[in-house]
Amino acid sequence: MTKANGPDSIMYMANVPTDLKYAKSHEWVRVNGDTATVGISDHAQHELTDVVFVELPALNRQVKAGEACAVVESVKTASDIYSPVSGQVTEVNKAVVDNPALVNTEPYGNGWFYKIKLGNPAELNGLLTPAQYTAEIGG
Amino acid sequence: MGLNEMLKRTPLFDAHQKLGGKLIEFGGWEMPVQYTSIMDEHLTVRKAAGIFDISHMGEVLVSGKGAEGFLNSVLTNDIRKINAGQGQYTLMCNERGGAIDDLYAYRLGEFDYLLIINASRITEDVAWLEKQLAASGGHDDVKLQNVSDETGAVAVQGPKVAEFIGQCFPGQSTGGRLFVGAAALKKNEVGQFNFNGQSVWVSRTGYTGEDGFEVVAPGETIEAVWNKILDAGQKFGLKPCGLGARDTLRTEVCYPLYGHELDEETTPIEAGVGFFVALDKGEFVGREVLAKQKADGVSKKCVAFKTADKCAPPRPHYAIWSAGAGAVPIGEVVSGTQSPSLGVGVGMGYVKPEFAKAQTPIEIEIRGKRFAAVVVPKPIYRKPD
Repeated sequence: MTKANGPDSIMYMANVPTDLKYAKSHEWVRVNGDTATVGISDHAQHELTDVVFVELPALNRQVKAGEACAVVESVKTASDIYSPVSGQVTEVNKAVVDNPALVNTEPYGNGWFYKIKLGNPAELNGLLTPAQYTAEIGG
Repeated sequence: MGLNEMLKRTPLFDAHQKLGGKLIEFGGWEMPVQYTSIMDEHLTVRKAAGIFDISHMGEVLVSGKGAEGFLNSVLTNDIRKINAGQGQYTLMCNERGGAIDDLYAYRLGEFDYLLIINASRITEDVAWLEKQLAASGGHDDVKLQNVSDETGAVAVQGPKVAEFIGQCFPGQSTGGRLFVGAAALKKNEVGQFNFNGQSVWVSRTGYTGEDGFEVVAPGETIEAVWNKILDAGQKFGLKPCGLGARDTLRTEVCYPLYGHELDEETTPIEAGVGFFVALDKGEFVGREVLAKQKADGVSKKCVAFKTADKCAPPRPHYAIWSAGAGAVPIGEVVSGTQSPSLGVGVGMGYVKPEFAKAQTPIEIEIRGKRFAAVVVPKPIYRKPD
């Protein structure tokens, strides 16, 4: 993250894992049976830099796709996180609340936000494929 | 984010792009908010050195035998206290005592002054100065010259800067007061130095709470100055820094930012910068209101605070509440951030005077919930001895 200034900071190649689905608003979804894990993309964490605070939805909350249900704050700004899918929140990542820097260091790993029981699995078809998301972020 | 085509760019715009600076809108200008990260740049300035483009700021030259008298009639601080080669922080107020701007006034020579004003206030300040000059009648030998468009500036800040600033501007001063070198300048002093055959002004000032220098140069020279300093500072850990770090650095040391702590409806007394209001110097615009406030007190005061609970960083416009049972709203946050140096939420806000004492418990409302905070003395961050 804290690379020295130089050409590499303009040429940042965001990691876009091929086994995930993405929202235009930079959240990712990892599907496992009838449950999905949600986080924010490497591109998003790179744009935010230095995540200092994460606020997650309440356990068991029913969220709709596109609904703001979490907040991620960098030094400079607070950004809403929109749920890419509808359903009920079944688990939230306490580790990322305690250590918000995980969003920067492991956006697809320990920096995940919450798990959700899919209310409408068909919504997944409306999300971006890795190739579409890569194009979206100008990769 | 689509940046408006109408935004102004400084002569360092290409340099920022080359360095991968992330550009944002600030006061009508397209400026770098960060190059690496705000946290990284902030901590680099606290422990080593950082360079900031401040070319967006305005420069006004005021000259003539009546310049001292004129400036003393429109600025709050006593300009007679500075000699050639010195500068002072000061404010310019309207008749209501409200701040038109806060600025630095440098005395370059006996009858020559340079005012460094906020980027967002150039039009208002120049119009106000012209109006006051026209109205005064008695300062008719005074010339005002707005050189903002053709002038660039950089701030070089941090504990290591004095170790390499001298080699960027070799030799003794070439105009103004005599200094044996740029590094010989003391706090608030200013001298003219040679840079590749061009005259530039170097002052030992800044907006970060660290030792540092600011360089004012012709617009066509500033990129060479920027490159020279980047090069000379490299082995001291110097990094280019954006407005994001500039804001967190100044917030930690409680320097006001126009539009946040100060505006036309807020006086320097309310803002807590009454030290820079010389009520004893004679008449000046706003004096009556400021004198009355100093004697009778104010209805709002700018305080610094730290958050106590683990909570989201405080941000401008969040409501401030009194603490405990029967809590009521008592004011509003005007600046706030996560402090990179302290690792807690810090900020400034206006509260009713009865809540302005250090150690007063307060609460900050964040997205509908209230979190404990405490009023602390300014500055919030002090350099370890």
